[in-house]
Amino acid sequence: MKQNRIGQPMARVEDARLTSGQGTFIEDLNPLPNIHHAAILRSPYPHARIKAIRTEKAERMPGVKGVVTGEDIARMTVPFPVGVTAPVKYYSLAVEKVRFVGEPVAVVVAKNRYLAEDALEAIEVDYEPLPAVVDIEKALEQDAPLLHDEVGSNIANHRFFDYGDVDRAFAEADHVIKHKFRFPKYSATPVETYGVIAQYESSGNHLTIWSNFHGPFTLQSVMAAALQMPSNHLRIIIPKDVGGSYGIKSGVFPYMVLMGVVSKKLGLPVKWIEDRQEHLTASSSGTDRVTWIEAAVKLDGTVTGLKMKMADSVGGYIRAPEPACLYRTHSNSTGAYRIPNLHMETIAVMTNKSPTGLIRGYGGQQLYFPLERIMHMIAEQLGMDPADVIRRNLIQTEEFPYTTPSGGVYDSGDYTAAFEKALEMANYREFRERQAKAREEGKYLGIGLACIVEPSGSNMGYITIALTPEQRAKSLPKSGSAEGATVSIDPMGGIAVRISTTPTGQGHETVAAQIVGEVLGVDPQSVRVIAEMDTLTSPWSVASGSYSSRFASIGSSAVYKAAEKVRDKLLNIAAEQLKQPPAALDIENGKVIVRDDPQQQLSLKRLIGSAHWNPQGLPSGMEPGIHETAFYSMDNALPPDENDHVNGSATYGFVADAVTVEIDADTGEVKILDYFTVHDAGKLLNPLIVEGQIMGGLVHGLGGALYEELAYDSNGHFLTGSFMDYLCPTATEIPDVTIKHFETASPLTPLGAKGLGEGNTMSAPAVIANAVADALSPLGITIDSLPLTPSRIWSMMQDAHKSTKQSKEVPI
Amino acid sequence: MIKMSAGERVEISLKINGKVYEERTEPRKLLSDFLREECGLSGTHVGCEHGVCGACTVLVDGAAVRSCLMFAIQAEGADIQTVEGLAKDGQPHSLQKAFSECHALQCGFCTPGILMSAVDFLDSHADPTTDEIKEMLSGHLCRCTGYKGIIDAIEQAAFRRKEGENVNGSGDTI
Repeated sequence: MKQNRIGQPMARVEDARLTSGQGTFIEDLNPLPNIHHAAILRSPYPHARIKAIRTEKAERMPGVKGVVTGEDIARMTVPFPVGVTAPVKYYSLAVEKVRFVGEPVAVVVAKNRYLAEDALEAIEVDYEPLPAVVDIEKALEQDAPLLHDEVGSNIANHRFFDYGDVDRAFAEADHVIKHKFRFPKYSATPVETYGVIAQYESSGNHLTIWSNFHGPFTLQSVMAAALQMPSNHLRIIIPKDVGGSYGIKSGVFPYMVLMGVVSKKLGLPVKWIEDRQEHLTASSSGTDRVTWIEAAVKLDGTVTGLKMKMADSVGGYIRAPEPACLYRTHSNSTGAYRIPNLHMETIAVMTNKSPTGLIRGYGGQQLYFPLERIMHMIAEQLGMDPADVIRRNLIQTEEFPYTTPSGGVYDSGDYTAAFEKALEMANYREFRERQAKAREEGKYLGIGLACIVEPSGSNMGYITIALTPEQRAKSLPKSGSAEGATVSIDPMGGIAVRISTTPTGQGHETVAAQIVGEVLGVDPQSVRVIAEMDTLTSPWSVASGSYSSRFASIGSSAVYKAAEKVRDKLLNIAAEQLKQPPAALDIENGKVIVRDDPQQQLSLKRLIGSAHWNPQGLPSGMEPGIHETAFYSMDNALPPDENDHVNGSATYGFVADAVTVEIDADTGEVKILDYFTVHDAGKLLNPLIVEGQIMGGLVHGLGGALYEELAYDSNGHFLTGSFMDYLCPTATEIPDVTIKHFETASPLTPLGAKGLGEGNTMSAPAVIANAVADALSPLGITIDSLPLTPSRIWSMMQDAHKSTKQSKEVPI
Repeated sequence: MIKMSAGERVEISLKINGKVYEERTEPRKLLSDFLREECGLSGTHVGCEHGVCGACTVLVDGAAVRSCLMFAIQAEGADIQTVEGLAKDGQPHSLQKAFSECHALQCGFCTPGILMSAVDFLDSHADPTTDEIKEMLSGHLCRCTGYKGIIDAIEQAAFRRKEGENVNGSGDTI
């Protein structure tokens, strides 16, 4: 039985249903009779005033039950709250103006989706087009087109941070190395699109919403506020099967509110399933970011100070939980390096693009692309090996727990050992020799390195760093990372676990079963885990949900604690019956035994039976039944202090990557020869799931590096509305990946585990860019934007060849 | 050419997983929607409705087809297999088993389509190379796994099938 316990690669309990077509995804659900279907009319303009909407024709079409427009929304809801002071009015349907292509303008409800879509064509909207702005730097200019008149500029949030003595570090530096980097807007495009079913009951003012959301976290309160409903009148149910999210499905919440209003106005239960074009155009994405980075560097390559100005485009409306992308990595802004002095300027700017939100790696890829590129550029300018620059700056093992200048507390790690392992795996020295030979033959080989810290289990307090200490002081401090779980046992001994971590493919049911199986000494296969989330019946708190890789560090800890409570109860019952102290007892193989006299034992079935069938026989004062809930939060997740220090995450893992590439001289195509990645995520709970999470995260990072971009033209028109235009990596693009693990247990979590699965999403764009830059260094090409498509690289190579030719021709 | 007026319904008769279905539907109904909504077979998933993601793949007369690119009416008289028909007599198909063993799925949304393509593929490729498997898979998007587990699983199923042939010579899958 031991083979399925914690740390073992137990096959997933989710698989049988999912491989046989018995999953229950949102589109499969028909929880009510009489469900009608919604279709959404969307803006063709990036920026325009809505002069009139005529819906009469559509309303008279066959099967149509009604139409909802911005006027209804403005009357029936208030703008969504968001954690900034800028007065941005964001509703679930456009009110008076549209601010991005694809913004919802009207909703038609009909007997089926086909009829609803027919009726969309009959709605007439008069638009007055306005100038649009999509470029971050242009949107920041004084005379830029203004998206929100009330705000007065396009800036939704703006802060400055100073840690240590930055001026001195730069004054005393031997070199100051600086560069500007652009990170693109991209998504993770879950194969299942958004879906919502909403039912409003006017009799009690109750709204029930089914959706493939992965909250509820803070967004349940955001939705209740927009709907102006008591929060317990807004019941959210999340099906146990969600077809991938990677953060993107947090952006379904405006549609949950929208369909709630539609159901209320039309008096019908309504179902809406987003199509792919809608998803690519208007759902959610990561932010695109411009970073101006400066490093103060000593002669030997030691980095003593960093300045970063980061401007994120949050799209047409700043939407919760943004501007969190700017702050998610605030505590680990200096990455894996001992850099004591840090200055940051953070700006969230609104542009005529789709709104942004959570995405796998959240903020990490935007941070590490400039940070890891600048480490390589330092090496280049100082004539050093990039591996030596990294070595010189890595935090050393004896420094843990290490406090970063911005307040992060890295719990554990052995960064140097992991980094050296990555170099060894890549045969770093040999590759350099191979590269030199290849260059002689006119071939472009390169190797890139990256070392990143992978934060997991976000502290709810980090988001409030968007506000100044004075603004924060006006409200209740925010902290913690609470998650709940319930373990219960029925009268016949059946064990059930209820989790609120809203898995979207990460195998939480399996790992929860492993944990409970281990704690209660039973076969994990016999433990039933209910992952369906219901805000009226599940144990949850404001942090509950699936994000920031929080299951391994926090969600699993809640399960563990709830199982321990059940174990303690069973041991106490057994102690009385066996006349032994509980500490003398062990629980295993479905029995409680006296450790020193294993002949003395009681079956769990009998002990469970006592709690249900014979409560009078329980130890005095003990409650009948077996149903225990535990909540778990990290003690180190404190609110930000008055100097803007915050420990934004529960645990911090580490990833060291080494990647080798060859660039095709004729086409500019990047071929990844080998991808080596060394991980330290503390104790691994299920190695099988770990490998899958790492590969998935890595390939998403690869997509961001090489293929994926939600592209707009300079007028704000959207260019990548299908999977023919928005390119996701497919099986033929996946390189050989070698994964190696170190397991430096976290001293902070009960199981020693840290989160994982996002690390390579953060590191891959940086490490691949470093490898490409290394390959192209003989041409003097600088890589400072992504994705590295063949056409971009080819153009850069052509320009480089031309300028070499010109400089040869022009006598100086 | 068949002419139809809007709103007219047509009778369709076809076989799905060995069972005959007689249904009335609109001529514009996609096969994917027909399977899900008229036949109650929600194991076939719809991911893009433009033939790129491959989630809706089913077998039509033995060939892997994107059911979102086909009208139900075009499948009149066809013999269709969907993911619901893979297991036989309560025993999982060798691919279903291998997918779980090799952790070839996470959220599982793209899985039914990939399984159906793999069934077709292995029928015509008894001893596939890794590159051939990748080529076949390039018609499917999976955003969870990074494809590695899927490739491993198909290799494993192919290997076991071959081993089975070597053992009993019958060509039966294990």
